[in-house]
Amino acid sequence: MALMRLSSPHAHGPASTQRVMLKVLVATVPGILILTWFFGYGTLVNILFGSVIALAFEALALKLRGRPIGFYLSDLSALVTAFLLCIALPPYSPWWLIATGMASAILLAKHFYGGLGYNPFNPAMVGYVILLISFPVQMTSWAAPRGLAATPGFLESVQACFLPATFDGITMATPLDVLKQNSSLLIEDLWSQNPLFGRWGGLGWEWVNIAFLAGGLWLIQQRVFTWHAPIAMLATLTLLSALFYDGGSSASGGSPLFHLLSGATMFGAFFIITDPVSSAVSLRGRLIYGALIGALIYIIRVRGNYPDAVAFAVLIMNFAAPFIDYYTQPRTYGHSKRGEQ
Amino acid sequence: MRKVFDFHGGVHPLENKHQSVRTAIADAGIPPELVIPLSQHIGAPSNPVVGVGDHVRKGQVIAEALGFVSVPKHAPSSGTILAIEERLIAHPSGHSAPCIVIATDGKDEWAPLPDTRPYESLDKAELLELIRHAGIAGMGGAGFPSAVKLSVKAGITIDTLIINGTECEPYITADDMLMRERSDRIIEGAKILHHLIAPGETVIGVEDNKPEGIAALRKAAEGSGIEIASFPTKYPSGGEKQLIEILTGKQVPSGGLPSDVGVVCQNLGSAVAIYEAVVEGKPLISRITTVTGEAVNEPQNFEVLIGTPVSYLLQKAGYEPSKNDRLIMGGPMMGVTVRDPSVPVVKTTNCLLAPTPQELPVPPPAQACIRCGMCAEACPASLLPQQLFWFAQGKEFEKLEHHNLFDCIECGACSYACPSSIPLVQYYRASKADILHQRKEQEKAEHARLRFETRQQRLEQAEADKEAKRAARKKAAEARAKSAVDDGNGEDPIQAAIARAQAKKAAQQGGGNESEQEKLEKTVVAARKRLDTASKKLEEAKVDGSDLVDALQSGVDKTRAKLDAAEKALAALGEAHAAVAPESEPTDAAQAAIQRAMAAREAEAALSPAEEAKADLEKLEQRLEKTRSKLAQSQASAGEEKVIEALTSTVQRLEQKVEAAQQALSETS
Repeated sequence: MALMRLSSPHAHGPASTQRVMLKVLVATVPGILILTWFFGYGTLVNILFGSVIALAFEALALKLRGRPIGFYLSDLSALVTAFLLCIALPPYSPWWLIATGMASAILLAKHFYGGLGYNPFNPAMVGYVILLISFPVQMTSWAAPRGLAATPGFLESVQACFLPATFDGITMATPLDVLKQNSSLLIEDLWSQNPLFGRWGGLGWEWVNIAFLAGGLWLIQQRVFTWHAPIAMLATLTLLSALFYDGGSSASGGSPLFHLLSGATMFGAFFIITDPVSSAVSLRGRLIYGALIGALIYIIRVRGNYPDAVAFAVLIMNFAAPFIDYYTQPRTYGHSKRGEQ
Repeated sequence: MRKVFDFHGGVHPLENKHQSVRTAIADAGIPPELVIPLSQHIGAPSNPVVGVGDHVRKGQVIAEALGFVSVPKHAPSSGTILAIEERLIAHPSGHSAPCIVIATDGKDEWAPLPDTRPYESLDKAELLELIRHAGIAGMGGAGFPSAVKLSVKAGITIDTLIINGTECEPYITADDMLMRERSDRIIEGAKILHHLIAPGETVIGVEDNKPEGIAALRKAAEGSGIEIASFPTKYPSGGEKQLIEILTGKQVPSGGLPSDVGVVCQNLGSAVAIYEAVVEGKPLISRITTVTGEAVNEPQNFEVLIGTPVSYLLQKAGYEPSKNDRLIMGGPMMGVTVRDPSVPVVKTTNCLLAPTPQELPVPPPAQACIRCGMCAEACPASLLPQQLFWFAQGKEFEKLEHHNLFDCIECGACSYACPSSIPLVQYYRASKADILHQRKEQEKAEHARLRFETRQQRLEQAEADKEAKRAARKKAAEARAKSAVDDGNGEDPIQAAIARAQAKKAAQQGGGNESEQEKLEKTVVAARKRLDTASKKLEEAKVDGSDLVDALQSGVDKTRAKLDAAEKALAALGEAHAAVAPESEPTDAAQAAIQRAMAAREAEAALSPAEEAKADLEKLEQRLEKTRSKLAQSQASAGEEKVIEALTSTVQRLEQKVEAAQQALSETS
């Protein structure tokens, strides 16, 4: 054989982008299962249809940009975007809602900026926010949890997706909504009077959050991302909700446990803010980035007009990520201060 | 147990060291041809002192060191000098370099070895000279001449002398085998180094994946006061800066030397070479090299003569070229691929790695950077490789430097960890080269600018000086003239003018020639001086074998030609000057003017005031007569009224003046 000339290093580690993406997909499985258990097949149908659409848009964009389609599709990044957006969408979303969201995420937020690695904003969250602003009714009606209403079967769920006009599901406000609207009841009374509340958070929601937490911890153990951003976000959220809990009055913002186990807290902490492309990269930067997202989530949840806040908080901090990175360069070996000789 | 520190980052590539430690170090023997590159390390290449056809004996110096950062080369075995020519060497760019080629005679005859003295009786300078003369250069990394590294500046105290036996690169076991088989020599070498540096402590650092080596060293070191420190296996803990941090917790300042934090580092192999040089008088002519990889049937370590062709060594280990597509000199993390197996083993060749394509697969095409930060986690210098990559792609040199690109040690940990298989180190190497190139260009431009400005300033200064002298002269002249007038009895200005003019004239005649002659003489002297220095430089360049020789030669020729011309001109001028006849009486305009001025002045000075008044009166009367006659004419010819009027008034004025003059005359007389 003719001898090759290559530059060092000649050895390569086991890590690959596919593997990273695949691990993220696997880690969402417990959360998806619990969502399905409590709210029916809606999320699953979302994901199945959304994945197909996402791959189609990805392939289209790659073709238009003259890139090798198979090579880039196999990095699985489109699939990850599809999973994350479809988990965030309400179950039983109509097909056109999912398709619009995917187009925004894959085409607008990702390929318009140059594809994987060049998008300044989290594609799934861009898709989510565009839908939330454009179709508030569809985006804020969430299925009733198991126990409060009958959950539709699989065929009905497919029907809900493709023939939305014929589907008549039961939707309810989410616990975060209820708490925000509450102005007369003490927290304790609210909990005992409203069946939407479970032991710590919303009925069903607490288990969904615990499942995503489990998936996230596994990803940290697998070294897919570091603990810095998620822990900083959760710690800030806990701190702020504890500060403003005021013992559970009718004006209370809700207990720390309620905030940790409601809405998209854990999903956001481990699957959204950890998106490496659009977040800060230095470890100190990730701490700041996560903490500020946690603070924004609390502020928007309690003071804002939207019931949950992860998407907005993440997009706002995506803006700040390069700035944070610039000021949190690690101290290089042999340098006395950061950024100095 | 010593407290060991951790360093940031690092990776854990597969060790693959077990394959090559199963058998003892084997002697690779004497190849038919030895190729010794004149440059095997950082610093100046050495200068051959043998000619083609000369017979050399083992250990004989065949090339002398040139400059401080250089070491001599010795014949690794006896034989005949076959050629001194360009040969392919192991270099990232795959280029050739001047080499001495020895056809070995197989007798392996030693040249007489110098007498040795116990190292305890040698002082620092003597020891350094021994080490330098034995041709010892770092045997681990860049091959920096050991004597230079060991020359600690006066006034710096060294707390810790570190012998680097880390060997963190996968596959390589050369130092491991040295520890297992020659631990006594390592310890003796360490003692010599301890004596030389006189540090607070001497530590041999070894990764904990070499338990046999550590045990052997500990046994040999008993009672010597030398500490054997082991620490967790992690690549690149053998990097000098990383090892210093592991063993002392201190970081070498960026751009500084280990001695800045009181540390001196030496490679384990170099310690053995130093022992052999100081105690046995033997120069560095062989080393231990690991030959491994799945494309060799008997991976093992060899004691190899420097200059042995790689192909010869591979064959000794049962190399199967058909299985091998990439031949690496060094380890899999920092090794250099070899284009052709004819390249020689040099002083830094610790490993030859011949992997199969399955063993070290060609990296897949690079995917997009997803900024996952795994590279930053792996970087032992705490850099942000993904940011550097971003800036390197955009050729943003300033940002690269701001992100401390030059603290990158090119260990390859980031590329190893990258999930998108981006050849990061390659980008950094290219950017570093670009930046260095740019810096050089800037330096050149800056130099040119300074030269121009200095010249401009010099010219302006010369002009200003001239102007100042001129002004001073003018002022002095004025002052002289004024004082002459004031005093009345001082020098007559006219006399002074005469004297000046005469002096000038004299200068123009005889002095003019003299100054020309002086000029020519000066030119000759200067040209001679220039010729001397240029010739000297030319000699030096010839000795160096510099490529400036041609340019210098033409310079010398030109200077010589100029000198000849100047000398001729001088001679010609001398003759011409002699031939010119003595000057006759000056008859030029200046002289005449002076004489006229003198005559007028004398005439004027002769008249008394009364005579003057008389003369004035006469002149006036004459003018009055003339005007009167003109008036009569005009009236007679009935001229214009105006003219008559004007003439009449003139006549009246003149009459008054005449009256005044008559009065003045009567007063004076």
